[in-house]
Amino acid sequence: MSTPPRKFVKGNEAVAMAAIEAGVQCYFGYPITPQSDIPEYLARELPRKGGIFIQAESEIASVNMVLGAAACGVRAMTSSSGPGISLKQEGISYMAGSELPGVIVDIMRSGPGLGGIDASQADYHQATKGGGHGGYRIIVLAPGSVQEMYDLTMLAFDLSDQYRMPAMVLADSVLGQMKESIVPHPRPQVELPAKEWAVRGTGGAHQNVVKSLYLGDGEMEKFHWKMHARYQELAEKESRWEEYQTADAELMVTAFGATARIVRTAVEMARAEGIKVGLMRPITLFPFPKQAYAGLSVRCKRWLAVELSTGQMVDDVRLSVARDVEVDFYGRPPGAGSLPTPEELFEQIKKRS
Amino acid sequence: MRYDVFFAGYGGQGVLLAGNLLSYAAIHEGKNVSFFPAYGVEKRGGAAMCTVVIADGDTGSPVVGHPSVSVILNQLSWDKYADKIKEGGICLVNSSLVNLAGVTLPGRELLVIPMNQVAIDLGDVRMVNMVACGAYAAASGALQLDSLKEALKDTLPERNHRLIPANIKAIEAGAAAVFSARKA
Repeated sequence: MSTPPRKFVKGNEAVAMAAIEAGVQCYFGYPITPQSDIPEYLARELPRKGGIFIQAESEIASVNMVLGAAACGVRAMTSSSGPGISLKQEGISYMAGSELPGVIVDIMRSGPGLGGIDASQADYHQATKGGGHGGYRIIVLAPGSVQEMYDLTMLAFDLSDQYRMPAMVLADSVLGQMKESIVPHPRPQVELPAKEWAVRGTGGAHQNVVKSLYLGDGEMEKFHWKMHARYQELAEKESRWEEYQTADAELMVTAFGATARIVRTAVEMARAEGIKVGLMRPITLFPFPKQAYAGLSVRCKRWLAVELSTGQMVDDVRLSVARDVEVDFYGRPPGAGSLPTPEELFEQIKKRS
Repeated sequence: MRYDVFFAGYGGQGVLLAGNLLSYAAIHEGKNVSFFPAYGVEKRGGAAMCTVVIADGDTGSPVVGHPSVSVILNQLSWDKYADKIKEGGICLVNSSLVNLAGVTLPGRELLVIPMNQVAIDLGDVRMVNMVACGAYAAASGALQLDSLKEALKDTLPERNHRLIPANIKAIEAGAAAVFSARKA
């Protein structure tokens, strides 16, 4: 019997463990189901590591604390779900406008409004299209397992620092609440740019100003083009995805997060019946792995997008695949009892093959 | 191999603890495991359910529509979930709290075990989840009883480790109940 160094933890706990391993120095948040295990874990463990945990008076306060801490050059994060993430959008917009790194975790629950606590993927547009005002994007990573909750949280900190923009880990209540065994990797050695822009109060030295206000002639426009170029660089260098059984697929199913897990089993069921179907799972939702979709769709012309919504990611899929490709959609909008089963998705695959 | 099991009862019966125990046992055997709890606003008395998927390779979907094995601990779960078990699957039902009312499950093996009574006979009804876990391991062959016993240390908080011997007895009694139900 082998006992590898694995830990059996909730997805939310994996996020918190990874944040500590990534060297997060400050967590600011406010409780909301289904992500409260993240602040619970960090409230207990982060101070032991010399970090700071603050349960703020609101989501708005907590995201602005992240902004302040990030401006000082320290690694900071917050986490929430639907209603709380909406409240944080103003702060995220200011962080984007100030070119500040910082990690935001959204464990999606159903909405709009107060909604419910069941799994959802209906925050996709909010997360990937710049949820606040002003026209910006943030890095969006979509884990598909508890191990990836750990790995991608770690990656979010590095990408955020490297590209000087907020990064979001976009998961859902299935991934947050489920438990799997993970291998908690140590923090990878990554060469990151020094935070020479940070306001550290060094006294009399060069003055740094962190702001999102650009009033001078042409300044704001220049900022936008600079960020636009950065987003393109991000797409070229950091697009990530996973393919499963795609090589000979005649029908390609695409889904992210927990939905992709359900699809994967449906694909296995279909393969057992000789149906040539594959799975394309985007891991980065921004940057969306457009090139990979374009490549796969040169050969495979029939696609099916599956989401826990009435269809959001499917828009990006349709923009990315070759023009002669038909992208069908199957969705289960979030709410109690709406989580699709592998058997249900298998039927959807069968119907289309 | 890939095994999945659906555990259902009411809050307080230890359904989630049972799912954790099965998961840790699978980890002891070097398997991959996904434990997915259904959770809600209820606590004690409300519905409690979880799904555990055990696999040598990728566990795939944590959501299972038609489980290969279901462990049904109360009436509500029987009424709602018994007929979801897939063809050729197994239903372990706690007859202490479930009135089967003559219902059979065609194409599936129905193992009727008075789990509450077995636990009471061992001294505490709260061990009903342990009886259920032992019964599951014996009925499905997915896990060794020894792995379950070993996993108690990981699953129970340290302050309850003194109860491990009693829980081991309950696991064994659950397994024994399956053997006698199959002989009958």
